[in-house]
Amino acid sequence: MTRFLRLTTALAFGALCALPVTAAELKIGLGDDADVLDPAQSRTFVGRIVYTAMCDKLVDVSPDLKIVPQLATDWAWSEEGKVLTMTLRNGVKFHDGTTMDAAAVVATIERNMTLTESRRKSELSSVEKVEATAPLTVKFTLKKPDATLLAQLSDRAGMIVSPKAAKELGANFGSKPVCAGPFKFVERVQQDRIVLEKFQDYWNKDNIFIDKVTYLPIPDTTVRLANLQSGDLDMIERLAPTDVATVKSNPKLTYADVVNIGYMGLYTNIANGPRADNPFGKDKRLRQAFSLAIDRDALNQIVYEGTAVGGNQPFPPNSPWFNKAIPVPARDVEKAKALIKEAGFERVPVEMQIPNNPVAQQMMQVVQSMVAEAGFDVQLKSTEFATLLDEQTRGNYQLSRSDWSGRVDPDGNIHQFITCKGGINDTKYCNPKVDELLNEARATTDQAVRKAKYDAASVILNDDLPIIYLGHQSWIWAMQKNVTGFVASPDGMIRLVGMKKG
Amino acid sequence: MTAIAQTPIVEKAEGSRAWKKLRNSRSALAGMTIILFFTILAMAAPILPIPDPVATSWSAIRKAPSAAHWLGTDDLGRDILSRMIWGARASLMAGVFSVIIAVAIGVPFGILAGYFGGWVDLVISRITEALLAMPFLIMAIALAAFLGPSLSNAMIAIGLSAMPIFVRLTRGQVLSVKTEDYVEGARSVGLGHMDIMLRYILPNVTAPIIVQATLTVATAIIAEASLSFLGLGQQPPAASWGSMLNVAKNFLSQAPWMAMWPGIAIFLVVIGFNLLGDGLRDALDPREH
Amino acid sequence: MLVYIGKRLLVAIPTLLIISIFVFSLQKLLPGDPIMAMAGEERDPAVLDMLREKYRLNDPIPVQYITWLGGVLTGDLGISLRTNQPVTELIAEKLPVTIQLAIMSMFFAFAIGVPMGILAAVKKNTAIDYVASILALSGLSVPNFWLGIMLILLISVNLGWLPASGFESIFVDPVRSLQTMIMPSFVLGNALAATLMRHTRSAMLGVLSADYIRTARAKGLSPRQVILSHSFRNALLPVITLTALLFGELLAGAVLTEQIFTIPGFGKLIVDAVFNRDYAVVQGVVMCTAVGFIVMNLIADILYVLLNPRLRASL
Repeated sequence: MTRFLRLTTALAFGALCALPVTAAELKIGLGDDADVLDPAQSRTFVGRIVYTAMCDKLVDVSPDLKIVPQLATDWAWSEEGKVLTMTLRNGVKFHDGTTMDAAAVVATIERNMTLTESRRKSELSSVEKVEATAPLTVKFTLKKPDATLLAQLSDRAGMIVSPKAAKELGANFGSKPVCAGPFKFVERVQQDRIVLEKFQDYWNKDNIFIDKVTYLPIPDTTVRLANLQSGDLDMIERLAPTDVATVKSNPKLTYADVVNIGYMGLYTNIANGPRADNPFGKDKRLRQAFSLAIDRDALNQIVYEGTAVGGNQPFPPNSPWFNKAIPVPARDVEKAKALIKEAGFERVPVEMQIPNNPVAQQMMQVVQSMVAEAGFDVQLKSTEFATLLDEQTRGNYQLSRSDWSGRVDPDGNIHQFITCKGGINDTKYCNPKVDELLNEARATTDQAVRKAKYDAASVILNDDLPIIYLGHQSWIWAMQKNVTGFVASPDGMIRLVGMKKG
Repeated sequence: MTAIAQTPIVEKAEGSRAWKKLRNSRSALAGMTIILFFTILAMAAPILPIPDPVATSWSAIRKAPSAAHWLGTDDLGRDILSRMIWGARASLMAGVFSVIIAVAIGVPFGILAGYFGGWVDLVISRITEALLAMPFLIMAIALAAFLGPSLSNAMIAIGLSAMPIFVRLTRGQVLSVKTEDYVEGARSVGLGHMDIMLRYILPNVTAPIIVQATLTVATAIIAEASLSFLGLGQQPPAASWGSMLNVAKNFLSQAPWMAMWPGIAIFLVVIGFNLLGDGLRDALDPREH
Repeated sequence: MLVYIGKRLLVAIPTLLIISIFVFSLQKLLPGDPIMAMAGEERDPAVLDMLREKYRLNDPIPVQYITWLGGVLTGDLGISLRTNQPVTELIAEKLPVTIQLAIMSMFFAFAIGVPMGILAAVKKNTAIDYVASILALSGLSVPNFWLGIMLILLISVNLGWLPASGFESIFVDPVRSLQTMIMPSFVLGNALAATLMRHTRSAMLGVLSADYIRTARAKGLSPRQVILSHSFRNALLPVITLTALLFGELLAGAVLTEQIFTIPGFGKLIVDAVFNRDYAVVQGVVMCTAVGFIVMNLIADILYVLLNPRLRASL
């Protein structure tokens, strides 16, 4: 009997000890479902959120948008910005147990540059070749100096994948991704969930306090919040600004926000096909009048409950790249009217293409009534997002509402939209002077020189207005009180390092 | 159904009997009252003393119902009562016009298939079957996406999706009518196909079509609301009950009234059409005594 | 019987062919380029061209159709442009979800519709009959999505009784699985309850006036026995037939319900696919639903014949 008692006590005690101290599981509600989970092929914003937990990058971005070490501990530019040498972290393992070394980095970068399905080619277009010069040293040789490369390597192009897995799965890598991040892939059910669990051999595992993380795509903001309120989720991203008050008044929830690095804009058809042939596309005074007729502060209050900020440049006013010499304009209806008159008009009819989601529609209806006071008769044309992009690319629009989620390097917010041959230049605005400035800004790593170039370009763009910038939204997160350690970052990512639950 | 297929002369008496029956049906009358109420409201929208449904007011955003705004205001400070009344126009129109489209295409094809039989019937029936095998709403969504989001396109999409029901219904009716003596008689006198179809067949297949049409208006109003809810129906700044709901779902906890009124209105109108449809069926179907 | 089934299946072939052509032509009809739609904001023209080439979107439509049809015949429905997953795999993944939803909705529909139908028939033309009819009609008249949102607001947010959305497989966590499905299946089921109630009522009315019931009553059987053992059993036949047909309606209803409650089933799959222009998925799912619909119709007809002795003799 005593033996039995002792045994049970021992067993019970053992069981108690064996229980993990905190089997912390984090459930995060995302705004969309991710696409292919292969860093080389993926393109969605939510996909990047998942990678943040699963795939470490050569370098990371700090909340103040500085490039900081991740898999690479150190790097240096040489030969006038044409060679980048990186030293890699020692002892890093992929989820399949293989070692992350220079050879793996070379294999990944080459995969990104050559895989038929790769979406990373243009991001790495400046790379001539990449070599492993030592077991933990990688050398990038560039065709021409490219200041944006480090920022590219801080995103999907710099996520190092296991060469073994990449070779086995090829273009199917997304079915079972193997990276070197803090969490490894467990399962994915499309439109339902993506499950990751803590990787025990992670190089920074001492700072990981979550054991399992599940991402649930819930597109409807109301339902996403409802799940948080009912306790089924621990955290949600992209809370609707109109729900901020609800979250703040709930004692069980906390809230975080930060102005994002992207922008909301109105694209004017300047020279994209025959539909550009109208006064609004031809005469910049009308575009200036349009911009002046918008009360950006009121817009922000009405639609975004004060969580967004007004803007007039591709970078938000709090960005180091913002040109302070051109402040966000206050509304000036009289000046707008004068400009319209100067251009020879009383009233100007404009057709504006907008996506058919309620928030965008609400915002553009406000804009519609604001500019009406200055003399613009805006006709709203709602289109599905898929159609909107198509029409915009083909030039079948006059004015089109389009947003950009933003990139860490300023180049990513401006070059491809504005330069004559830019990949997504849907306005077909083309100004050799601007091209020259933006190309020069790309070619130097000297921040002061770059800033001067962007400032000069923004002066010209603010006058020509091919894109009328409206403002910058905030990333807004809400989470349970017991979720701590989250740091809001302007890139909208959720970094799990240091986060705790309990 | 066979009893409907009487000689056209008896048809008149039948009609007045049905009318009497309908008038005595309390639920049908209730349905009619609801429909009439909303129809009158919708038609009177331009002359009623209500604010402009698209006039925004930055100082009155999402205000709860009050003396100034009986049903409250929406996310742009617009008067919800006014938008409800103008929205009634859109929603009722969507219901009625899409059914008109469905009937206008469905019934002729049904008559053709039933009357001629043979390969005409074969082709029409196979296509109808194929269309019926695709879920109604999925077809409407695909068509609405194809035509582009707007109220008139939503009507077309709903009308086309509802059309096959009328083809099948009409065809079945025609099959049972065409063997009747008076049709045979008309044929033996040497009347043309067109004459027979219009003068002898059509009048004798209308009763079940009217019933079905009334019930389909109810379905169509819900379908329009569903499409608007997905962003494929009425587009801003104009209002329909469905598009009002689409906006309202983002403000459920801040402004529940925005979602309540359109939901209740859709419910009432749809139940109105369902009640009327049921009443009509009872009145026109001689099997029930 | 076998000959009958065989004939019906043969007739279904041209129907399916027509559906396939219709579904395929959507690809040409729908505005918006699938590659563009999936690229989202990252639209690198060179990559887009490469992808168009890879997915053979530059081929003429008839060529694409034949290739696709060939694939369908060999059980290959293509792959999703968005996630690179094979469409057959997606369907296999989503089908159980929607089937569970359908079965639970049917449960609600029966639990509400049949008793109300019996009650209404037995108490014909009384207040109970009217109330039951109005209740049933209400279920039919409430927009699904509105009811869904209201339930989420009331039951999940305000009362915290049930999860607001999501899905868990019944084999992994039965309790949670049922919890997440209660609201959506109620929303779907109560609309069908109206149809079931009407049919049960009229079937019961037909049976109650039949001679053998009068005989049973005359023999002195209790009203309860008459209703349950004699009348209902016979009235059940048309109701069972109807059930098979209602499954088609369920699939359509699931479209919005799954959207509201974020249930990863067929309905959500197809709506998202239409909006993303993920054609292979749209085509695959519509074909699959059409086959299901045709099979259900066939089952309904067979049941009708089997349960009806007079018709069975004539076959």
